[in-house]
Amino acid sequence: MKNTDIEYTTVTEIAGPLMVVESITDVAYNEIVKIRTSSGEERTGQVIEVFENKAIVQVFEGTRGLDTKHTSARFIGETMKLGVSKEIIGRVFDGMGNPLDHIPSIISEDRRDINGKPINPYAREYPQEFIQTGISTIDGLNTLVRGQKLPIFSGSGLPHNELAAQIARQAKVRGNEEKFAVVFCAMGITAEEANLFIKDFENTGSLERTVMFLNLADDPTVERIILPRMALTCAEYLAFDLDMHVLVILTDMTNYAEALREIAAAREEVPGRRGYPGYMYTDLSMIYERAGRIQQKKGSITQIPMLTMPDDDITHPIPDLTGYITEGQIVLDRGLHKKNIYPPIAVLPCLSRLMDRGIGKDRTREDHADVANQLYAAYAEGRDLRDLVAIVGEDALSERDQQFLKFADQFEQRFVAQSSHENRSIEQTLSIAWELLSALPDSELKKIDEKYIKKYHLKIKEKKTI
Amino acid sequence: MAQIIGKIIRISGPVIEADNMRGAKMNDVVHVGKERLIGEIIRLNQDVATMQVYEDTTGLKPGEIVESTQEPLSVELGPGLITSIYDGIQRPLPAIREHTGAFIARGVQAFSLDRKKKWLFTPEAQKGDAVVGGDVIGEVPETSHIQHKIMVPPLLTGIIASIASEGKYTIEEEIATITTNNGPVKITMMQRWPVRKARPFIEKYDPTVPLITGQRIIDTFFPIAKGGTAAIPGGFGTGKTVMLHQLAKWSDAKIVVYVGCGERGNEMTDVLREFPMLEDPRTGEPLINRTVLIANTSNMPVAARDASVYTGITIAEYYRDMGYDVALMADSTSRWAEAMREISGRLEEMPGEEGYPAYLASRLAEFYERAGRVKLLGSKHREGSVSVMGAVSPPGGDFSEPVAQNTLRIVKVFWALDADLADKRHFPSINWLKSYSLYLEEVGKWWEQQVGKDWLNLINRAMALLQKESELQEIVKLVGPDALPPRERVLLESARMIREHYLQQSAFHEVDTYCPGKKQYEMLRLMLKFSEKILEAAEKHAHIDKILALPSREVLARMGKMANDEFEQRFHQIEDDLEKELDALIKEKIA
Repeated sequence: MKNTDIEYTTVTEIAGPLMVVESITDVAYNEIVKIRTSSGEERTGQVIEVFENKAIVQVFEGTRGLDTKHTSARFIGETMKLGVSKEIIGRVFDGMGNPLDHIPSIISEDRRDINGKPINPYAREYPQEFIQTGISTIDGLNTLVRGQKLPIFSGSGLPHNELAAQIARQAKVRGNEEKFAVVFCAMGITAEEANLFIKDFENTGSLERTVMFLNLADDPTVERIILPRMALTCAEYLAFDLDMHVLVILTDMTNYAEALREIAAAREEVPGRRGYPGYMYTDLSMIYERAGRIQQKKGSITQIPMLTMPDDDITHPIPDLTGYITEGQIVLDRGLHKKNIYPPIAVLPCLSRLMDRGIGKDRTREDHADVANQLYAAYAEGRDLRDLVAIVGEDALSERDQQFLKFADQFEQRFVAQSSHENRSIEQTLSIAWELLSALPDSELKKIDEKYIKKYHLKIKEKKTI
Repeated sequence: MAQIIGKIIRISGPVIEADNMRGAKMNDVVHVGKERLIGEIIRLNQDVATMQVYEDTTGLKPGEIVESTQEPLSVELGPGLITSIYDGIQRPLPAIREHTGAFIARGVQAFSLDRKKKWLFTPEAQKGDAVVGGDVIGEVPETSHIQHKIMVPPLLTGIIASIASEGKYTIEEEIATITTNNGPVKITMMQRWPVRKARPFIEKYDPTVPLITGQRIIDTFFPIAKGGTAAIPGGFGTGKTVMLHQLAKWSDAKIVVYVGCGERGNEMTDVLREFPMLEDPRTGEPLINRTVLIANTSNMPVAARDASVYTGITIAEYYRDMGYDVALMADSTSRWAEAMREISGRLEEMPGEEGYPAYLASRLAEFYERAGRVKLLGSKHREGSVSVMGAVSPPGGDFSEPVAQNTLRIVKVFWALDADLADKRHFPSINWLKSYSLYLEEVGKWWEQQVGKDWLNLINRAMALLQKESELQEIVKLVGPDALPPRERVLLESARMIREHYLQQSAFHEVDTYCPGKKQYEMLRLMLKFSEKILEAAEKHAHIDKILALPSREVLARMGKMANDEFEQRFHQIEDDLEKELDALIKEKIA
């Protein structure tokens, strides 16, 4: 009898999401287990440790209702896999990869291991194609490029979902029409939040080029561990087999990390910072590093993971470890949100590490880098002056300083703020920037090359026309 | 030797246990399972050996075979290392790509060095010469400006019985035979060396010569010496990796070993893409022609992360033994420490601070101690050096955590990256008030002899100015800058000049990215002269707004980005203009 046919009823211990099966033979590390409860319900688990004839199994749907007498386990001889085919586009799946849209399962052309394999750095193509999101603070100051992983650091109650939906709706590479798909992976978000995305995809007609993986707030926690892996396996198939440009939205990574902590605690592992496991960095990187481009392949995977920073604390392990892996971050700010500025992107702590190669002549515009640097510097100065004003009052400032103070306000009102359906081209973004910069004294535009000042500065342009 | 073959009894992530392993030695390499995955023994208990496996262990089963190679984890050393990119256990990534495509699969066996390539060997010793370990017996041009010295392996002494004549040989062909007390030993161009053991030398010297990096804040204020050690801690987004890339590009080392340890895949791709195109300012050669890359990106197996730093430092020591100055960059040592923590956790060892193993400090110390300027083995007096620069990624940017603290206890140079500076786009965001270099005095003497005799004096004055600025800023925060007396305001102006146009340096500007030593000296001298002059003007009641409107102020601000040869010609002129302008201003006031 093959091992895959044996139903072991030797469950000896159940604790948290874990279950121990004894007297087993021929069981592999990371193998998938089919579990049958005493009431006949089937669940799925994965072997996370084997010791002689004993296996520790993590149960994805939770251990409620399992017992040590009747519960049986069958080891299916393979690791967690996702069936893929062209038909996968437009479908909705649950945390185990089962369809949720009441249509039969897809007939898979291939079954892929959801853990994926690391991309050989020697085979990677460096990402440098500009993606226009239509959002000034991103396009102008923290440019996204194809194959990048750029997370949104948010806090509870901030409009990160609206922002992500807007990016998904507006993102495009200019010039050429190419095959494009969205993979949406929801981990532990509420049905309401998920509906926001679904409705938005419906309204824009992008639902048929979207694949959704949903694990909602009331679904089993442990499934959240495998959900992003399924989503990324699907994305890899679309990008590197079907040559599509795939945008992956992962929300909310905080819930993913919580699930990771739960399992680590159940295994009685030595905890790292704030109880999260010591290997959380490695674990997160297995997800984030699956973004990228590969030489000689047309497709790409661009990731926008979202996370809510507990207590808006950017040094919390979840945003902290994420920031160490991803290629920059977009940070949302409660202060701006309270001022009714949408999107409330706190420009200063934001960063796009791949920006330098994605902008400039032939990509966006020749003056882009200088303008971005100047905006940063001027806004930083204006912000510093705000603190000063709080102490000495505005009148105590020199005329120059008052101009910077005003610049900071205008920058927030006109450059940062835009409506959730406003799709600005990069030219529009840059011309708003020049309008704002032109209000500053010319001698203060030190970060911009003189030739661009001559070409784009409003006052100088005006003089020419007179 | 009897074979040692055991059976797997436990698998937990990258850690496995096998029984029936009696006789296997600590740190020996093993082959695990059908796919012969590579692992290393890290604990022995009676018959049971515990191993860390350098590849993904998914699918392994208890009962599968473990075979000891009875050899410690070693690297291959010989011509062909330069321009290579390896994984953590020295498998060439291009070879892995050939075997398994764009994604890295398991169980790939590949030679580290090309076995077929023939190298031009020129003998430098003769039959009958008495040689000891470290002696050079021949040379191979590895790249157009690196002569790969073929050395007698350490610990070997004897007489050359035969040596090959000039010609092309592979690294496995015999090029010499040495008669030792234990009989004849064949020498090839390739050596093997266990990575966890430092390569021997005779004596360590104090480092006194600076490693010129072309980065102003480093060379001027916080220099590292050839053979020195430095740590660069900083939270994410503070520019650690850009800084290490800058050091790898522009340091005046002969050989650069860059270890990407648990960091982003795209960063390694960036190096691979950029280094062949960049020119070494000293040789005019592409930078890749002096570089060895080790890549264990964050999603590659965690156990190999530990191996990657040792692989890197062993290769660095090997080139040091040829008499070269080698610089090693490790980005990031925190990921290595985390790998230790993960393995230690799986071994259920008693955790130390924040879950790190108790031996964290000693492992870090051991690693950094492999740096140094040394007297090399061999019968002739020769010197070489390994300088080590390690990035540290402290959680939350908080330097009080164990990896940063244990590193700072060992290294002599501390470049503290600062998130506030990075947010203001002040790059490199090295905080000048927190950083330090214990080599400052020592290498200062070199600068005074080679570049300008008032070097240390300039540095002290500039630093004093920056210190004073930070004190004044406290007051400005309370009362605003206009409330300060003119003397203080010009001080702030001088400090701002140094801060914005000397300390800041653009890594992405074609000229500013590398600032030669002579230019650094002249720039700093001119800025301090300006500072002195405007102070004098302020004391003589010249109006502050007029001082701020001086044209030479703009010129000084643009010096960094001025082409180096243009600067060479113009700096005297700049100095004259500056003096004239300020003298005129002072006179105007007096008249």
